[in-house]
Amino acid sequence: MKHMTGLLFFLALLWWVLSGYTKPLLISLGIVSVLFVAFVAHRMDVVDEESHPLHLSLKLIRYWLYLLGQIVISNVKMVLIILSPRPDINPRIITVRTAQRSELGKVVLGNSVTLTPGTVTLQVEGDMIEVHALNDDSAKDVEQGTFDQRVPASIEEKS
Amino acid sequence: MDILQILSAVLLGLGAILGVVGAIGILRFPDFYTRMHASGITDTLCTGFFIGGLMLQFGMTLASVKLLLIFMFMLFTCPTATHALAKAARHGKLKPWTRADADAGLSNEGRVS
Amino acid sequence: MILTSAALAILVTMLLAIIRALLGPTIYDRILAVNMFGTKTVLLIAVIAGIAGRGDYLDIALVYAMINFIAIVAVMKYFEYGSLGSIGNDAPGKQEGE
Repeated sequence: MKHMTGLLFFLALLWWVLSGYTKPLLISLGIVSVLFVAFVAHRMDVVDEESHPLHLSLKLIRYWLYLLGQIVISNVKMVLIILSPRPDINPRIITVRTAQRSELGKVVLGNSVTLTPGTVTLQVEGDMIEVHALNDDSAKDVEQGTFDQRVPASIEEKS
Repeated sequence: MDILQILSAVLLGLGAILGVVGAIGILRFPDFYTRMHASGITDTLCTGFFIGGLMLQFGMTLASVKLLLIFMFMLFTCPTATHALAKAARHGKLKPWTRADADAGLSNEGRVS
Repeated sequence: MILTSAALAILVTMLLAIIRALLGPTIYDRILAVNMFGTKTVLLIAVIAGIAGRGDYLDIALVYAMINFIAIVAVMKYFEYGSLGSIGNDAPGKQEGE
Protein backbone atom coordinates (compact mmCIF):
# COMPACT_ATOMS: atom_id res chain seq x y z
CA MET A 1 0.00 0.00 0.00
CA LYS A 2 2.85 2.33 0.88
CA HIS A 3 4.43 1.72 -2.49
CA MET A 4 1.14 2.27 -4.31
CA THR A 5 0.73 5.66 -2.61
CA GLY A 6 4.30 6.52 -3.55
CA LEU A 7 3.68 5.51 -7.15
CA LEU A 8 0.47 7.56 -7.37
CA PHE A 9 2.18 10.60 -5.91
CA PHE A 10 5.14 10.21 -8.24
CA LEU A 11 2.97 9.78 -11.32
CA ALA A 12 0.79 12.77 -10.43
CA LEU A 13 3.86 14.93 -9.92
CA LEU A 14 5.34 13.73 -13.21
CA TRP A 15 2.12 14.45 -15.06
CA TRP A 16 1.90 17.94 -13.68
CA VAL A 17 5.56 18.75 -14.33
CA LEU A 18 5.38 17.55 -17.92
CA SER A 19 2.09 19.28 -18.75
CA GLY A 20 1.93 22.34 -16.53
CA TYR A 21 -1.84 22.60 -17.01
CA THR A 22 -4.13 23.99 -14.32
CA LYS A 23 -7.56 23.81 -16.01
CA PRO A 24 -9.99 21.53 -14.10
CA LEU A 25 -10.93 19.49 -17.19
CA LEU A 26 -7.32 18.73 -18.09
CA ILE A 27 -6.41 17.96 -14.48
CA SER A 28 -9.26 15.46 -14.24
CA LEU A 29 -8.04 13.81 -17.45
CA GLY A 30 -4.59 13.67 -15.87
CA ILE A 31 -5.99 12.01 -12.75
CA VAL A 32 -7.71 9.41 -14.93
CA SER A 33 -4.48 8.64 -16.77
CA VAL A 34 -2.50 8.42 -13.50
CA LEU A 35 -5.04 5.95 -12.10
CA PHE A 36 -4.93 3.93 -15.31
CA VAL A 37 -1.14 3.67 -15.26
CA ALA A 38 -1.23 2.68 -11.58
CA PHE A 39 -3.82 0.01 -12.41
CA VAL A 40 -1.67 -1.39 -15.23
CA ALA A 41 1.39 -1.38 -12.96
CA HIS A 42 -0.61 -3.20 -10.29
CA ARG A 43 -1.72 -5.81 -12.82
CA MET A 44 1.88 -6.26 -13.97
CA ASP A 45 2.79 -6.79 -10.32
CA VAL A 46 5.74 -4.41 -10.44
CA VAL A 47 4.72 -2.18 -7.53
CA ASP A 48 7.10 -3.40 -4.85
CA GLU A 49 10.27 -2.65 -2.94
CA GLU A 50 12.44 -3.10 -6.02
CA SER A 51 10.79 -0.50 -8.24
CA HIS A 52 10.10 1.94 -5.39
CA PRO A 53 13.00 1.87 -2.96
CA LEU A 54 11.45 4.49 -0.70
CA HIS A 55 13.33 3.23 2.33
CA LEU A 56 16.73 4.31 1.09
CA SER A 57 16.09 7.67 -0.52
CA LEU A 58 18.22 9.67 1.91
CA LYS A 59 21.18 7.33 1.80
CA LEU A 60 20.88 7.17 -1.98
CA ILE A 61 21.38 10.92 -2.23
CA ARG A 62 24.63 10.68 -0.31
CA TYR A 63 25.71 7.81 -2.55
CA TRP A 64 24.83 9.83 -5.65
CA LEU A 65 27.01 12.71 -4.51
CA TYR A 66 29.90 10.30 -4.02
CA LEU A 67 29.22 8.74 -7.44
CA LEU A 68 29.16 12.17 -9.04
CA GLY A 69 32.61 12.90 -7.62
CA GLN A 70 33.93 9.60 -8.96
CA ILE A 71 32.42 10.28 -12.39
CA VAL A 72 34.10 13.68 -12.58
CA ILE A 73 37.49 12.24 -11.56
CA SER A 74 37.41 9.39 -14.05
CA ASN A 75 36.12 11.67 -16.79
CA VAL A 76 39.15 13.88 -16.41
CA LYS A 77 41.39 10.82 -16.54
CA MET A 78 39.66 9.59 -19.69
CA VAL A 79 40.00 12.96 -21.41
CA LEU A 80 43.73 12.94 -20.69
CA ILE A 81 44.05 9.39 -22.06
CA ILE A 82 42.16 10.19 -25.25
CA LEU A 83 44.07 13.37 -25.96
CA SER A 84 47.53 11.95 -25.23
CA PRO A 85 49.48 11.19 -28.41
CA ARG A 86 50.07 7.57 -27.35
CA PRO A 87 47.05 6.48 -25.31
CA ASP A 88 48.08 4.60 -22.18
CA ILE A 89 45.58 1.81 -22.46
CA ASN A 90 45.93 -1.75 -21.32
CA PRO A 91 42.43 -3.20 -21.46
CA ARG A 92 41.65 -6.37 -19.60
CA ILE A 93 38.66 -8.24 -18.27
CA ILE A 94 38.66 -8.77 -14.54
CA THR A 95 36.31 -10.72 -12.34
CA VAL A 96 35.65 -9.51 -8.83
CA ARG A 97 33.52 -10.82 -6.00
CA THR A 98 30.85 -8.43 -4.81
CA ALA A 99 29.58 -8.01 -1.27
CA GLN A 100 26.08 -7.26 -2.56
CA ARG A 101 23.52 -9.94 -1.74
CA SER A 102 20.31 -8.41 -3.11
CA GLU A 103 19.43 -8.05 -6.79
CA LEU A 104 18.90 -4.33 -6.36
CA GLY A 105 22.33 -3.91 -4.76
CA LYS A 106 23.94 -5.70 -7.69
CA VAL A 107 22.06 -3.55 -10.18
CA VAL A 108 23.13 -0.36 -8.39
CA LEU A 109 26.73 -1.56 -8.27
CA GLY A 110 26.77 -2.67 -11.91
CA ASN A 111 25.25 0.58 -13.14
CA SER A 112 27.67 2.66 -11.04
CA VAL A 113 30.63 0.78 -12.46
CA THR A 114 29.35 1.28 -16.00
CA LEU A 115 28.56 4.93 -15.36
CA THR A 116 32.15 5.76 -14.44
CA PRO A 117 34.11 5.98 -17.68
CA GLY A 118 36.96 3.48 -17.79
CA THR A 119 35.04 0.52 -16.47
CA VAL A 120 32.06 -1.33 -17.93
CA THR A 121 30.16 -4.18 -16.33
CA LEU A 122 29.99 -7.07 -18.76
CA GLN A 123 28.13 -9.64 -16.74
CA VAL A 124 26.77 -10.30 -13.28
CA GLU A 125 26.74 -13.97 -12.37
CA GLY A 126 25.89 -14.98 -8.83
CA ASP A 127 28.08 -12.84 -6.63
CA MET A 128 30.79 -12.39 -9.24
CA ILE A 129 30.82 -9.40 -11.55
CA GLU A 130 32.83 -9.30 -14.75
CA VAL A 131 34.27 -5.89 -15.55
CA HIS A 132 36.09 -4.60 -18.62
CA ALA A 133 38.67 -2.07 -17.47
CA LEU A 134 40.50 0.31 -19.78
CA ASN A 135 43.84 0.47 -17.96
CA ASP A 136 45.61 -0.52 -14.77
CA ASP A 137 44.34 2.53 -12.94
CA SER A 138 40.66 1.90 -13.51
CA ALA A 139 41.09 -1.83 -12.94
CA LYS A 140 42.57 -1.10 -9.52
CA ASP A 141 39.54 0.93 -8.49
CA VAL A 142 37.21 -1.98 -9.12
CA GLU A 143 39.49 -4.60 -7.62
CA GLN A 144 39.71 -2.68 -4.37
CA GLY A 145 35.93 -2.63 -4.27
CA THR A 146 35.51 1.01 -3.33
CA PHE A 147 32.07 1.18 -4.94
CA ASP A 148 31.10 -2.09 -3.39
CA GLN A 149 31.53 -0.72 0.12
CA ARG A 150 29.79 2.53 -0.70
CA VAL A 151 26.53 1.09 -2.04
CA PRO A 152 23.98 1.90 0.70
CA ALA A 153 23.82 -0.91 3.20
CA SER A 154 20.06 -0.52 3.64
CA ILE A 155 19.61 -2.22 0.26
CA GLU A 156 20.97 -5.29 2.01
CA GLU A 157 18.69 -5.25 5.02
CA LYS A 158 15.38 -4.90 3.28
CA SER A 159 15.56 -7.45 0.50
CA MET B 1 26.28 39.96 -19.37
CA ASP B 2 25.53 38.86 -15.85
CA ILE B 3 27.12 36.15 -13.79
CA LEU B 4 24.53 33.47 -14.64
CA GLN B 5 25.14 33.93 -18.36
CA ILE B 6 28.87 33.55 -17.88
CA LEU B 7 28.45 30.45 -15.74
CA SER B 8 26.08 28.99 -18.29
CA ALA B 9 28.55 29.71 -21.09
CA VAL B 10 31.34 27.99 -19.11
CA LEU B 11 29.21 24.90 -18.52
CA LEU B 12 28.12 24.70 -22.15
CA GLY B 13 31.72 25.16 -23.29
CA LEU B 14 32.97 22.36 -21.03
CA GLY B 15 30.15 20.12 -22.25
CA ALA B 16 31.04 20.87 -25.86
CA ILE B 17 34.72 20.06 -25.26
CA LEU B 18 33.86 16.78 -23.51
CA GLY B 19 31.50 15.82 -26.32
CA VAL B 20 34.07 16.39 -29.04
CA VAL B 21 36.78 14.61 -27.00
CA GLY B 22 34.50 11.63 -26.51
CA ALA B 23 33.84 11.52 -30.25
CA ILE B 24 37.59 11.67 -30.93
CA GLY B 25 38.02 8.80 -28.50
CA ILE B 26 35.41 6.75 -30.29
CA LEU B 27 37.42 7.24 -33.49
CA ARG B 28 40.86 6.65 -32.00
CA PHE B 29 40.47 3.65 -29.75
CA PRO B 30 41.41 0.25 -31.14
CA ASP B 31 38.36 -1.90 -30.57
CA PHE B 32 34.73 -1.98 -29.58
CA TYR B 33 35.23 -2.54 -25.84
CA THR B 34 37.61 0.40 -25.47
CA ARG B 35 35.33 2.60 -27.56
CA MET B 36 32.56 1.91 -25.07
CA HIS B 37 34.59 3.74 -22.43
CA ALA B 38 35.00 6.75 -24.71
CA SER B 39 31.29 6.93 -25.34
CA GLY B 40 30.82 6.78 -21.56
CA ILE B 41 32.33 10.28 -21.30
CA THR B 42 29.77 11.81 -23.59
CA ASP B 43 26.97 9.94 -21.84
CA THR B 44 27.69 11.22 -18.35
CA LEU B 45 29.54 14.43 -17.75
CA CYS B 46 29.02 15.98 -21.19
CA THR B 47 25.25 15.54 -20.85
CA GLY B 48 25.42 16.86 -17.30
CA PHE B 49 27.26 20.03 -18.32
CA PHE B 50 24.92 20.71 -21.22
CA ILE B 51 21.82 20.21 -19.09
CA GLY B 52 23.29 22.39 -16.34
CA GLY B 53 24.13 25.17 -18.77
CA LEU B 54 20.69 25.05 -20.33
CA MET B 55 19.02 25.08 -16.91
CA LEU B 56 20.79 28.33 -16.14
CA GLN B 57 19.53 29.72 -19.45
CA PHE B 58 15.92 28.81 -18.71
CA GLY B 59 16.03 29.90 -15.07
CA MET B 60 13.47 28.83 -12.49
CA THR B 61 10.79 27.55 -14.83
CA LEU B 62 9.05 24.30 -15.59
CA ALA B 63 11.48 23.86 -18.46
CA SER B 64 14.36 23.42 -16.00
CA VAL B 65 12.50 20.62 -14.25
CA LYS B 66 12.00 18.96 -17.61
CA LEU B 67 15.71 19.26 -18.34
CA LEU B 68 16.45 17.65 -14.99
CA LEU B 69 14.06 14.82 -15.89
CA ILE B 70 15.87 14.30 -19.20
CA PHE B 71 19.18 14.17 -17.35
CA MET B 72 17.91 11.65 -14.78
CA PHE B 73 16.44 9.51 -17.51
CA MET B 74 19.67 9.46 -19.48
CA LEU B 75 21.66 8.73 -16.33
CA PHE B 76 19.57 5.61 -15.81
CA THR B 77 19.32 4.41 -19.39
CA CYS B 78 22.84 5.03 -20.72
CA PRO B 79 24.60 2.43 -18.55
CA THR B 80 21.80 -0.01 -19.28
CA ALA B 81 22.22 0.45 -23.04
CA THR B 82 26.01 0.17 -22.73
CA HIS B 83 25.67 -2.97 -20.65
CA ALA B 84 23.23 -4.51 -23.15
CA LEU B 85 25.67 -3.75 -25.96
CA ALA B 86 28.65 -5.15 -24.06
CA LYS B 87 26.77 -8.29 -23.14
CA ALA B 88 25.64 -8.79 -26.72
CA ALA B 89 29.22 -8.36 -27.92
CA ARG B 90 30.38 -10.96 -25.39
CA HIS B 91 27.60 -13.26 -26.50
CA GLY B 92 28.68 -12.71 -30.09
CA LYS B 93 32.22 -13.80 -29.08
CA LEU B 94 33.86 -10.52 -30.05
CA LYS B 95 37.46 -10.77 -28.89
CA PRO B 96 38.72 -7.88 -26.73
CA TRP B 97 41.83 -6.03 -27.90
CA THR B 98 44.78 -6.36 -25.55
CA ARG B 99 48.18 -4.72 -25.21
CA ALA B 100 49.85 -8.03 -26.10
CA ASP B 101 48.14 -8.16 -29.50
CA ALA B 102 49.31 -4.67 -30.31
CA ASP B 103 52.90 -5.55 -29.34
CA ALA B 104 52.76 -8.59 -31.59
CA GLY B 105 51.72 -6.27 -34.42
CA LEU B 106 48.31 -7.82 -34.72
CA SER B 107 45.28 -5.76 -35.43
CA ASN B 108 42.38 -7.88 -34.33
CA GLU B 109 39.81 -5.29 -35.27
CA GLY B 110 36.50 -7.07 -35.49
CA ARG B 111 38.06 -10.49 -35.06
CA VAL B 112 35.84 -13.20 -33.72
CA SER B 113 37.43 -15.80 -31.51
CA MET C 1 25.39 33.18 -29.52
CA ILE C 2 26.58 30.81 -26.80
CA LEU C 3 23.81 28.40 -27.59
CA THR C 4 24.54 28.50 -31.31
CA SER C 5 28.16 27.55 -30.77
CA ALA C 6 27.08 24.78 -28.39
CA ALA C 7 24.77 23.48 -31.12
CA LEU C 8 27.66 23.57 -33.59
CA ALA C 9 29.87 21.58 -31.19
CA ILE C 10 27.13 18.97 -30.86
CA LEU C 11 26.89 18.78 -34.64
CA VAL C 12 30.66 18.16 -34.86
CA THR C 13 30.33 15.38 -32.28
CA MET C 14 27.49 13.87 -34.28
CA LEU C 15 29.55 14.04 -37.45
CA LEU C 16 32.43 12.14 -35.79
CA ALA C 17 29.98 9.57 -34.45
CA ILE C 18 28.55 9.09 -37.95
CA ILE C 19 32.07 8.53 -39.30
CA ARG C 20 32.55 5.75 -36.76
CA ALA C 21 29.15 4.33 -37.67
CA LEU C 22 30.18 4.20 -41.33
CA LEU C 23 33.69 2.84 -40.64
CA GLY C 24 32.94 0.60 -37.67
CA PRO C 25 34.12 -2.89 -38.59
CA THR C 26 31.62 -4.74 -36.43
CA ILE C 27 27.91 -4.27 -35.94
CA TYR C 28 28.56 -3.41 -32.30
CA ASP C 29 30.73 -0.42 -33.21
CA ARG C 30 28.00 0.85 -35.48
CA ILE C 31 25.31 0.50 -32.85
CA LEU C 32 27.54 2.17 -30.24
CA ALA C 33 28.06 5.10 -32.61
CA VAL C 34 24.35 5.30 -33.36
CA ASN C 35 23.60 5.27 -29.64
CA MET C 36 25.97 8.18 -29.15
CA PHE C 37 24.39 9.94 -32.11
CA GLY C 38 21.00 9.50 -30.47
CA THR C 39 22.05 10.91 -27.10
CA LYS C 40 23.62 13.88 -28.87
CA THR C 41 20.39 14.42 -30.78
CA VAL C 42 18.54 14.69 -27.47
CA LEU C 43 21.01 17.37 -26.36
CA LEU C 44 20.73 19.14 -29.73
CA ILE C 45 16.94 19.32 -29.41
CA ALA C 46 17.35 20.69 -25.87
CA VAL C 47 19.80 23.35 -27.10
CA ILE C 48 17.45 24.27 -29.95
CA ALA C 49 14.70 24.68 -27.34
CA GLY C 50 17.05 27.14 -25.63
CA ILE C 51 17.73 29.00 -28.88
CA ALA C 52 14.02 29.25 -29.72
CA GLY C 53 13.24 30.08 -26.10
CA ARG C 54 10.44 27.53 -26.08
CA GLY C 55 10.27 25.05 -23.22
CA ASP C 56 7.77 22.84 -25.08
CA TYR C 57 10.52 21.49 -27.32
CA LEU C 58 11.94 19.71 -24.28
CA ASP C 59 9.03 17.26 -24.40
CA ILE C 60 10.28 16.18 -27.81
CA ALA C 61 13.78 15.72 -26.39
CA LEU C 62 12.43 13.55 -23.56
CA VAL C 63 10.42 11.39 -25.95
CA TYR C 64 13.44 11.10 -28.24
CA ALA C 65 15.58 9.91 -25.33
CA MET C 66 13.04 7.19 -24.58
CA ILE C 67 12.72 6.09 -28.21
CA ASN C 68 16.50 6.06 -28.59
CA PHE C 69 16.96 3.79 -25.59
CA ILE C 70 14.27 1.34 -26.63
CA ALA C 71 15.50 1.32 -30.23
CA ILE C 72 19.10 0.56 -29.22
CA VAL C 73 18.12 -2.30 -26.93
CA ALA C 74 15.66 -3.70 -29.47
CA VAL C 75 18.10 -3.56 -32.39
CA MET C 76 20.83 -5.11 -30.26
CA LYS C 77 18.61 -7.92 -29.08
CA TYR C 78 17.36 -8.58 -32.59
CA PHE C 79 20.84 -8.80 -34.07
CA GLU C 80 22.25 -10.88 -31.27
CA TYR C 81 19.48 -13.33 -30.57
CA GLY C 82 17.59 -13.26 -33.85
CA SER C 83 14.25 -12.42 -32.26
CA LEU C 84 12.66 -9.93 -29.92
CA GLY C 85 11.41 -12.62 -27.58
CA SER C 86 8.03 -14.28 -27.50
CA ILE C 87 5.34 -15.04 -24.93
CA GLY C 88 6.61 -17.26 -22.16
CA ASN C 89 10.16 -16.94 -23.42
CA ASP C 90 11.55 -13.67 -22.21
CA ALA C 91 15.22 -14.23 -22.89
CA PRO C 92 15.72 -16.24 -26.08
CA GLY C 93 19.48 -16.16 -25.61
CA LYS C 94 19.30 -18.08 -22.35
CA GLN C 95 18.45 -21.37 -24.02
CA GLU C 96 21.48 -21.37 -26.24
CA GLY C 97 23.78 -21.33 -23.23
CA GLU C 98 25.48 -18.13 -22.26
